[in-house]
Amino acid sequence: MSDAKKIRIASAEDVEEIAALWIDRRDRSDWAAQDQAELDAWLAQSMTHSIAFWRLNAAWQRTERLAALQPGVLRSGSFFSREWVRPALARTAAALAIAAMLGGGAYYFLESAQHSYATTAGTREIVSLSDGSQIELNTDTTLHLSATLGERTVWLDRGEAYFQIKHDAAHPFIVFVAGHRVTDLGTKFSIRTDAQRTEVALTEGSARLEVTPGAVKARSVTLKPGDVAVATAQSVSVTKKPLHRLNNELGWLGGVLIFDNTTLADAAAQFNRYSQHKLVVEGSAANLKIDGTFPANDTAAFASIAEHILHLHARNNGSEIVISR
Amino acid sequence: MRETSETNPEAAGLVPGGGVAVPGLEAWFVNEVLPLEAALMQFLRRSGRNAHDLADLRQEVYLRVCEAAKHQVPRPVRPFLFTVARNLMIDQMRRDQVIAIDAVSDLEALNIATDVPGPDRNAMARSELRRLQAALDELPPRCREVLILRRIDGLSRSEISQRMGITEKTVTQYLTHGVHVLANLLYAEAEASRRPG
Repeated sequence: MSDAKKIRIASAEDVEEIAALWIDRRDRSDWAAQDQAELDAWLAQSMTHSIAFWRLNAAWQRTERLAALQPGVLRSGSFFSREWVRPALARTAAALAIAAMLGGGAYYFLESAQHSYATTAGTREIVSLSDGSQIELNTDTTLHLSATLGERTVWLDRGEAYFQIKHDAAHPFIVFVAGHRVTDLGTKFSIRTDAQRTEVALTEGSARLEVTPGAVKARSVTLKPGDVAVATAQSVSVTKKPLHRLNNELGWLGGVLIFDNTTLADAAAQFNRYSQHKLVVEGSAANLKIDGTFPANDTAAFASIAEHILHLHARNNGSEIVISR
Repeated sequence: MRETSETNPEAAGLVPGGGVAVPGLEAWFVNEVLPLEAALMQFLRRSGRNAHDLADLRQEVYLRVCEAAKHQVPRPVRPFLFTVARNLMIDQMRRDQVIAIDAVSDLEALNIATDVPGPDRNAMARSELRRLQAALDELPPRCREVLILRRIDGLSRSEISQRMGITEKTVTQYLTHGVHVLANLLYAEAEASRRPG
């Protein structure tokens, strides 16, 4: 083969390298008409240039969709590294003036008798307790704590919270929810309650759930990791879920909702807990299934993804966003 | 394999031809052809060539397909793409004078399931974010950090360079390397099967 023939074509890698430099250059703030003209000229030189540029540009543009996710979510690889929750935690801890352990074995949970915490739709709060336990309140949640000597008691009045409890056999940690009683036996668990049902999901350790005496016969179950207990006024049941499913459901701890083969209708219902601006899914679109991780408090971003990735229609009529085919 | 196209100048688009003049060509390429890249690469890899040559082969296939599309967009594109790829590989074997009968018959047999429908678009769309996230996770950590700071946090190059304590030139190197690797992860290395995601 002659040299002349060899000169003709740059290797694909060479071309791609130049195309990548163009993408970088175009992304700079000082990109001007002159630069665009130079790029156009380079693209026009050969179809090969155009193709390499299109291909890299397509990948570059796709990363734009990532901006829908909150900073920090992607960086960690795991949603639970919590790096970006920490400032909030520090603030909360500082603001709460939580009490002290006294000497001589006297154990004060909190310095005053009762504390209430509430979150509104779309907000979260972390309550750090002096014993090292921590409670995270999800959207639209109220709870109050009581501290009498030697007891640690919390009432979850509504909503959802995640408990990471430092176990102390001498001072049991008790959560009352909808009249039921959950006693920590060294544990991480979440509880969610609404008018109809209360759900307790245990991710680590163990806890005992005592269902209210009432319509149902009083009953006690010990929960193990992966156990999800659902109590209604009439019944209580315990099922086992894979831990990764439970962790997905705890995505809110990182400010995200994680969907895995979730119907659009369910996803919308989950979003609606976090916002006054409600999502409504109409018609057959409701049954579409989606995967992915979304910022919990950004309904609009979700609607826009439904529009651009699922190719649905989203119209905002002021009070709600209606998604349909 | 720089001599790849020398024997077939017409098909190779030797005749200078600008790429951007044809309206809609880029969109067609990105939407219709790029999603087939993983399957194409799987096919090309059977030739047993190295990564450098594979990139050249891919470029050549794309070139031929796009040149053809300038005149008439091939529909459906999938069988056309694979026919082009197969012919190219046969050309090459002849040229290399490697009488690789096995390989050729393999190629013929491979007459790849070209009529199989492409990946379900909805399924692809569904898992888009997850896929992007997985691709980002594959990047070298510093490179990923730079890309995220730029694309998600929207920091400028000088802000990134300050924050990470690296020169702007290095930022550029990470970004250009990042987009190159991402394109491979998102297209060439993407799963060729029709796994819904």
